[in-house]
Amino acid sequence: MNSAIRCIEITKFFYEKRSGSGSKGGLLGWGGKKRRLTAVDSLDLEVKRGEIFGIVGPNGSGKSTLVRLISTLLLPDKGQIEVFGLDVVKEKFQVRKMINRVSVDAAFFKKLSCWENLSYAARLYGVPIKEAKGRAIEILKTFGFQEGKINQPMENLSRGMQQMVAIARAFFTSPVLLLLDEPTTGLDPKSKRQVQEFVLKVREGHNSTVLLTTHDMDEADRICDRLAIIDQGRFVALDTPENLKLMVKGEREEVSLEEVFMELTGKGWEEE
Amino acid sequence: MGQVISELKSCYAFVERNFNLVKRYLGWEIVFMVYNIVNALTIGFIGVTQGRERVLYLVVGAMIWGFLSILFHEVSESVSWERWEGTIEYTFMAPVHRFTHLGGMCVYAIGYGIIRSVVLLFVVALFFNLSLQNANFAAALVILMVSSLSFIGLGLIAAVLPLMSPEKGSQATHIFQALLLLVSGVYYEISVLPRWIRPLSVVSPATYTLRAMRAALLEGRPLGQMGNTLLLLLVIGLLLIPLGLFIFNLAEIYAKKRGKLKRSG
Ligand SMILES: Nc1ncnc2c1ncn2[C@@H]1O[C@H](COP(=O)(O)OP(=O)(O)OP(=O)(O)O)[C@@H](O)[C@H]1O
Ligand SMILES: [Mg+2]
Repeated sequence: MNSAIRCIEITKFFYEKRSGSGSKGGLLGWGGKKRRLTAVDSLDLEVKRGEIFGIVGPNGSGKSTLVRLISTLLLPDKGQIEVFGLDVVKEKFQVRKMINRVSVDAAFFKKLSCWENLSYAARLYGVPIKEAKGRAIEILKTFGFQEGKINQPMENLSRGMQQMVAIARAFFTSPVLLLLDEPTTGLDPKSKRQVQEFVLKVREGHNSTVLLTTHDMDEADRICDRLAIIDQGRFVALDTPENLKLMVKGEREEVSLEEVFMELTGKGWEEE
Repeated sequence: MGQVISELKSCYAFVERNFNLVKRYLGWEIVFMVYNIVNALTIGFIGVTQGRERVLYLVVGAMIWGFLSILFHEVSESVSWERWEGTIEYTFMAPVHRFTHLGGMCVYAIGYGIIRSVVLLFVVALFFNLSLQNANFAAALVILMVSSLSFIGLGLIAAVLPLMSPEKGSQATHIFQALLLLVSGVYYEISVLPRWIRPLSVVSPATYTLRAMRAALLEGRPLGQMGNTLLLLLVIGLLLIPLGLFIFNLAEIYAKKRGKLKRSG
């Protein structure tokens, strides 16, 4: 069995309150008029072991929802998801041992120090504390994070630094599947590069599989083996970055991934 | 065996994290503590003109209520707190059984509640020079432990509400806690309550805790004579905890179906 992630026709609906019914939401927010929204629309996906698989798409196209479905934080309304052959709903506990995730918002206990947050994560994942500290510092250093800041409360760190800690938190539990939801958003170009290099290095070293969402087309182009473009919960294209470019190239000499994105997601500028 | 040890270790993650939070929010801890102490003292002073017995009656009420409400509050707010911080998704996707997670929160709540109560007891004793020669402390301790079970159970059930509705759920748990205070006979006998509200007193476990605690501390009644009350508290606790876990589990499934765990992103 060679796939790290296998999604079979998964669909996720959300229910939004109709605007204007805010105060009439009923007891505990139940009742009231709701509208159904299809965030992920019968998607099929297969990510191979050891692959770095990218997902790009406009805001609200369903990227984070897909990541949450795989990371056992949401239950699909239809379809099935397997991580290394294990069902994410039925065998969630086994799946959780193998994965970790970085989200756009670096979610921490803001008053706790960087290390207190990391040691909490280490205990949850059963990483021995001493080992965890060494590993965390090592990872943070590769991003250019000053070691002295490790005992600072999270709220005193800049957003980018918090993001680095979030990345370290995901990597230092040595997951075999990493779900990176816009990991480099908010990082300066240099740190961004360092994180990308790190992702590549981890893949080489541990043979980890990476699912990455991003709004940075250069990043997607540089590190992803394959790339899916998602729009309104559906993949509109899925191939290597090279092939995607070839696909839309037409008469043109050369196209960038950004142009591919614009063309395929229907959000491009209409020309006269 | 290895499984048990690793679960205990994860359980400790929550205890350590919460005590770290207490350290970092020390200012607020002091505020709550002072407020609690002053509250117990003012209530104690109400009884001074009516004699020793009365003061003790009121102070025991304040202390027991303080402990039980800490248990209830810490357990029921564990979800809304993490949602507010935004860490809830990380805690829920960690490879930790929900039983272990909630168990850790309960262990912390008991430890924290004991520390707070001991400080309170110390200050109160300073002010009122309470005579507790009659008191049966061993019995009091047993009652407290048995009662903790039912309050943890209630806390677990209440923790479900913020899971289902982020804001309104938290509001509902506060109202629930206030109702318990009203009906459980914390500072008065429940017989003074209007007849129509008394059924609530009968179903509140705090009613039995307070009654038994007063008997143990004020009259020094031995445990043997409180067998029925103890048994009742034990049964309530042993029913409420599995029920709480069960409901929590259902609520978690609901939250994951409806996308209630996330904050943003
Ligand atoms: N928990 C939720 N409850 C209700 N609606 C949600 C929830 N999560 C996502 N949605 C909706 O589902 C759709 C997809 O959202 P999602 O967060 O997956 O988008 P995204 O592709 O990650 O966007 P972005 O690039 O802005 O991060 C959006 O319309 C969003 O409003
Ligand atoms: Mg997103």
